[in-house]
Amino acid sequence: MYIGRVSGTVVATIKNELFVGRKLLVVDRLDLAGHPTAKYDIAVDMVQAGVGDLVLVLDEGNSARQIVGREPDGAIRAVIVGIVDQVALEEDARAGV
Amino acid sequence: MQFARVIGTLVATRKAEGLEGVKFLIVQPLDKQRQPAGEPVVAADGTAQAGPGELVFIIAIREAALTLPVTFVPVDHAVVGIVDEVDIV
Repeated sequence: MYIGRVSGTVVATIKNELFVGRKLLVVDRLDLAGHPTAKYDIAVDMVQAGVGDLVLVLDEGNSARQIVGREPDGAIRAVIVGIVDQVALEEDARAGV
Repeated sequence: MQFARVIGTLVATRKAEGLEGVKFLIVQPLDKQRQPAGEPVVAADGTAQAGPGELVFIIAIREAALTLPVTFVPVDHAVVGIVDEVDIV
């Protein structure tokens, strides 16, 4: 899992049936200092996250399928599984980025 | 999943079992600003409706095969949806 920041929304009419009725958000992957990296994911939102929210993102297929209840063949990987309230880090870990 | 632009099509008559009827597209992965990022890849079309020029989103690795009618097939990238609208702050 990684910490990300929701930066946008994606709308698609033609899509895999698994995504019907689900919200797709663009999430920037953050470094330990909280800055966006070049990496991002289009993720399925399971926690009613919105643009600007700091979120916990899961990027692993089997866990994602469990969460949406579509085992064993759901074509899904990136899922927003939490909204982050607080992160505590050792000072040098944050500065070391 | 990441954004990608469909830049071509690919036809293969002889291919692995289970891939009959699967459409292949050549896609250029994009960054968040929809600028090219990395090398183009061949992706199976999980929507069966995408075509050149379209902005799509793709899924990689094991999950790619799960978008297809036969799910145990050798595929590592697939188009999962055609993007209508992106709103990035």
